[in-house]
Amino acid sequence: MTVLDHVFVATFTMLGAGVLCILYGVVRGPSVLDRIVCLNAMSVLVVSAMAAEAALRGDSAYIGLMVTVALLGFVGTLTAARFAERRAHDRG
Amino acid sequence: MGDLTAGMTAADWCTAVLLPLGALFSLVGTIGVVRFPTLLGRMHAATKPDTVGLVLLLVGAAFQLPDIGSAAPLALVALFQLVTVPVLAQTLGRVAYSRGEVDPDHLVVDELADAIAAADDRELPPGRTP
Repeated sequence: MTVLDHVFVATFTMLGAGVLCILYGVVRGPSVLDRIVCLNAMSVLVVSAMAAEAALRGDSAYIGLMVTVALLGFVGTLTAARFAERRAHDRG
Repeated sequence: MGDLTAGMTAADWCTAVLLPLGALFSLVGTIGVVRFPTLLGRMHAATKPDTVGLVLLLVGAAFQLPDIGSAAPLALVALFQLVTVPVLAQTLGRVAYSRGEVDPDHLVVDELADAIAAADDRELPPGRTP
């Protein structure tokens, strides 16, 4: 194993630990906005892991997928947040 | 060290530094999401370190790709992340405020409350209901 192999092990371990932290945050909440924030962070982590995977394989085929996941994460988070918004007439 | 560093090029060394650094930033950010007590604090921890981590990982990955043409779209991902994160933070902060999930005790200034009070005092344009 060269230095680079150890680097990839360390990188994926840290990203995996990050995803576990985020999953704990999603389960704990306590409000729906906490869960939206956590899921958005998870989509960023997935794109990060894809970048590491592209580096590991030296393959640029992942890049289109990364753009797609980043776009979907953004649109999904924005939509979920807007659905959770409470407007003036809701307060009664 | 002989076997460990055999065949390492300068690009490999750049990747070896940037990838764990980016992953570390991401990990620290997610630990903040679990540890911080307030919603806005968690939002802060979830957005900023993750962005830095992602950009570092993208630069590190670019050094492993065969040519500059295949690495250029990585800049697109980084740019997109930098553009969308402020939009998300702004929207989530406003939604949290509208739901009353922002604790006023943790705020130093609350300019939105003044703006809402001023808007309530103003007469509504015809056809608009409050």
